[in-house]
Amino acid sequence: MVVLSVRGLTKRFGEVVANDHIDLDVEEGEIHGLLGENGAGKSVLSSCIYGLYRPDEGRIFLRGHEVHIASPFDAIRLGIGMVHQHLTLVPHLRVWENIVLGREPRRGLRVDRVRAFAEVERLLEETGFRLDLAKNAGELPIGVQQRVEILKVLFRGAEILILDEPTAVLTPQEVDQLIETLHRLKAQGKTILFISHKLREIFALCDRVTVLRRGKKVGTLPVSSATPQMLAEMMVGRKVFFEFPRERLAKEEVLFELSHVFTDPPGVPLQDVSLKVHAGEILGIAGVEGNGQSELAEVVVGLRKPKKGKVIFRGRDVTAIPPKGRILQGMAHIPEDHHRRGVILDFSVKENLLLGFETEPPFRKGRMTLDFARIRDFARQKIQEFGIVTPSEDTPLRFLSGGNQQKVVVARELAFHPLFVLACQPTRGLDVAATEYLRHILLGVKREGKGVLLISADLDEVRALSDRVLVMYEGRIAGELSPESDEYQFGLLMGGKVLHEA
Amino acid sequence: MRLRLTVPVELFAIGLAFLLGMLVLFLTGYPPFSALWALFRGAFGTRNAIGQTLTQATPILFTSLAFLLAFRSGIFNIGIEGQFLIGAFTAALFGISFRGLPFPLHAILALFSGGFGGAVYALFPALLKVYLGAHEVITTMMLSYVALYLTSYFVNYPLKAPGWVAQTELVAPSARLPRILPPTQLSLAFPIALGLAFLVLWFLERTVPGFSIRAVGANPEASENRGISVRKYQILAFVLSGFIAGVGGGGEILGVHGRFVDGFSPGYGWDGIAVSLVGRLHPLGCIFASLLFGMLRAGGMTMTRVTKVPLDLSLIIQALVILLVAAPVLIEQLLTRRRKPQKSEV
Amino acid sequence: MSLSQIINLSLFQAQLRMATPILLAALGGLLCERVGVVNIGLEGIMLTSAFFGVLVTYFTSSPLLGFLGGLASGFLWGLVIAVLTVRFFGNQIVVGTGVNVFGLGLSAFLSQKIWGSRGASDAVSGFAPLRSDLLARLPYLGPVLNEHTFLVYLAIALVFVLHFFLFATPWGLRLRAVGENPQAADTAGINVFRYKTLGVVAGSLVASLGGVFLSLGHLNFFAWGMTSGRGFIGLAAMIFGKWTPLGCLLSSLLFGFADALQMRLQALGVLPSQIILLIPYLVTILVLSGFVGRAVPPARYEPYRKE
Repeated sequence: MVVLSVRGLTKRFGEVVANDHIDLDVEEGEIHGLLGENGAGKSVLSSCIYGLYRPDEGRIFLRGHEVHIASPFDAIRLGIGMVHQHLTLVPHLRVWENIVLGREPRRGLRVDRVRAFAEVERLLEETGFRLDLAKNAGELPIGVQQRVEILKVLFRGAEILILDEPTAVLTPQEVDQLIETLHRLKAQGKTILFISHKLREIFALCDRVTVLRRGKKVGTLPVSSATPQMLAEMMVGRKVFFEFPRERLAKEEVLFELSHVFTDPPGVPLQDVSLKVHAGEILGIAGVEGNGQSELAEVVVGLRKPKKGKVIFRGRDVTAIPPKGRILQGMAHIPEDHHRRGVILDFSVKENLLLGFETEPPFRKGRMTLDFARIRDFARQKIQEFGIVTPSEDTPLRFLSGGNQQKVVVARELAFHPLFVLACQPTRGLDVAATEYLRHILLGVKREGKGVLLISADLDEVRALSDRVLVMYEGRIAGELSPESDEYQFGLLMGGKVLHEA
Repeated sequence: MRLRLTVPVELFAIGLAFLLGMLVLFLTGYPPFSALWALFRGAFGTRNAIGQTLTQATPILFTSLAFLLAFRSGIFNIGIEGQFLIGAFTAALFGISFRGLPFPLHAILALFSGGFGGAVYALFPALLKVYLGAHEVITTMMLSYVALYLTSYFVNYPLKAPGWVAQTELVAPSARLPRILPPTQLSLAFPIALGLAFLVLWFLERTVPGFSIRAVGANPEASENRGISVRKYQILAFVLSGFIAGVGGGGEILGVHGRFVDGFSPGYGWDGIAVSLVGRLHPLGCIFASLLFGMLRAGGMTMTRVTKVPLDLSLIIQALVILLVAAPVLIEQLLTRRRKPQKSEV
Repeated sequence: MSLSQIINLSLFQAQLRMATPILLAALGGLLCERVGVVNIGLEGIMLTSAFFGVLVTYFTSSPLLGFLGGLASGFLWGLVIAVLTVRFFGNQIVVGTGVNVFGLGLSAFLSQKIWGSRGASDAVSGFAPLRSDLLARLPYLGPVLNEHTFLVYLAIALVFVLHFFLFATPWGLRLRAVGENPQAADTAGINVFRYKTLGVVAGSLVASLGGVFLSLGHLNFFAWGMTSGRGFIGLAAMIFGKWTPLGCLLSSLLFGFADALQMRLQALGVLPSQIILLIPYLVTILVLSGFVGRAVPPARYEPYRKE
């Protein structure tokens, strides 16, 4: 029986059509995959079903009856629950408070703690989760927070669960646990809409899968009759090559080195982190997010001073040198979340290309004033060289597409031929074309005999690009693996297990 | 934030504020049209009126530029009033002392000492913010009150000139800024403020520190990543902001009063915040907005004299302008008559 | 002069009295901040309500109606601030500044119109202090707690009511969730806009009690700018009190003590009034500078935009 059915759903954001007349049928008790690359419209579709967005056109039916879902409140009332990609817990509320929030059992004017605990504990039994309900939600590891999210949804009596890219923040082992949980929920009769761009998960979990591409539905088919290659082509719209040619180019010369680095909080303290990046090499850092990667990046850039240990660039100790000095010596940085860390959206393309070089002689005349003629020429040259699509160099960056904003970052960082590039989650949030472009840029940097330190939570990306991979866990380097090592070994290290090497 | 002027929303807000002000007059039984007419006449009707308007606009042009500069680095310097008072006080002290100095030099140095006083007074909250994390909105506000009472103490006790009024003695003639439109009080401080507006614009748009200040204010994280120190440029902007406020205070003493009079500022520093916002945080916008507020003050006096409407109507209109400018989305919706709230970009 | 002339039981009685408007401002600020709105317009709200309290009392000769009039003005301000900051995403600091200027302008304007002076209103009959013989017999504590207007007791009761509301009731739980993570609250089916509006309006209402206290429970007339920065000090007390009602009570008592002490010293002519008047402000700065631990707000001060 079809429990949830969507007909002709369309959602526009200004000029962009995020969902273009999408039909979707979900059977009762199935796990239905929603597959598509970033920006294909998966999250928008699910947000419309959950009442976070109001669709511009289209109808939604629940067990054959048309429903109007204007807010999450309506969705919850109709038995639809959603676990979001970005977890939505209130950090300073306790776990049980987070779970009952919005549907608190009451005794008089008070929240009835006893009943709340009893009800939540019954859910714990059903799901097999183990949790400390009295802890603040913000103190829990991400994987556990996600379980709280699932409990939240179940507590509201959801029969249909929507999970939006739930595995993005998990280790492979946690993913396995999640898959197990979802199978158990399915056995209890729940219907699950599982959103992902990872084929592996679709195959491990789903009964049927619907593929979206650029806001349109490509098709729905049973997973048993699909092959990975087939789904990948449906998703991307052309033949896909999963493998990059791996060239061994690493030289003896060490370009960049961290030697026994320790740091203090705030953040995850780094403990005895050592690494070497050789010329002509991409060194990958894998690991679940929040295990010290951001802190590591800050140490490399110079934003965080190590308590102990050294940062060495081209044989020179740069530990005491601030970020600007490091940039000028030839260290570049493609930061994660470029909206926040890489560019200034209110600044023009030109000013963004200048950012960090404004003190340098070519752009400066006199001691203090900027030479705007030179800056304009420089900007125009970079716009051409990197194929940045923009009306002019004076356009505020806000009006460029995400891929073009990323190109501005890349153009600026590579402008003065750095010898070493730190790339943090460089492809997160980019579409396939932009991702591919960026990966080619990084491989190009390597081919020129420079060094790259690639930090990414996307294990596939790290393995595809790197020559060697270090895994981080709780602020330490848990071990080094070859990118060809099997996933299980990565998973063990990412989960904090020590490998006993022969 | 780019330096760009979008006129209609602000103009509409100002128009609406005047309409609402007239409504207040109507409701309280005053004649709205003749009161407003008297206000405009008092502001622009005669040569003297124009002189008065420009005189009133001068200190708030200084203070609005001061607020703007700090704001551009991401600092909410609510304490302009305090820096303005301290600047006025140090300029007065300098003008009273050093009596041997010749005219332009004495005046210039006195003005600079005012700026210096304001800068030092802004340095405290800057350091407290950057090193101890004390939020500048509250600290600067508190420091404004401290400055008010501190200067009041000095002119009431140790530095009080003989007589009944709590004020210092007159500064030396060599420290006075010349009047440029006698018999009005309009002094050289006005052209200085105008020039400063253009200087601030040039500084922000065309110089390395100006670029850095804007970068730090628009996106501190990206700036840090690119080696632009947020601390350094926020302190710089804070101190420059205090400097401008202090010069404004000095200009008021050396140009208009000739001495530090207790309570001489009716809140020029607070006005500057509003003026700056009404001027869309653009130096040239500040010029227009300070003229508007100067008009309200100067014209308000005539209005009170002629029609007996309380002077505070000007304050009410100012407040309405501020409230309406604070939420541009409201005005945009009034203008486009859309029902749904503005969606943010995706 | 002996120390007992300065420090005696009536000083502590004054402390409690002077702490009351600060406490009410702090609690009002607390409610606003708990839903993610910084309300620096507290000063203007208090001034407006102080004014309307006197105005209504003046025309009706009923302090109770005056009390309601003051509250009504606080309610209206709450609605205006909520509409501007929550519904139309207005800048909170700017809106607050506007409220303060408006409060100052309107009260002086109407004061001039009605009483012919922008400096002060005519005197009205305010609230009489309540007296309990039973309480009076209590040693030490009796004289301190006795003979206050009902607003003082109301303020203290509010501390516990708010504590209960915030930390024991479902609505308090939701209010805190809305401030700390509006997305989370939204996905839990809570109407974020409604709760934000509720917090701001309730906060403004509580702050207006502080204004009414100043004009009807303390001086019995309206004076130009009579709040003299208490709204701001209330914000400081709230930060010092780590955004909890009980914390607000303790820090307000501290500021109230400074206030009472300065009045006492001023009356005795020990120090020039200006020097004493700036003491509370200096204390606030020291407090904010983290000499008592770092202050981390419980909410994000940004408008919540859906989509």
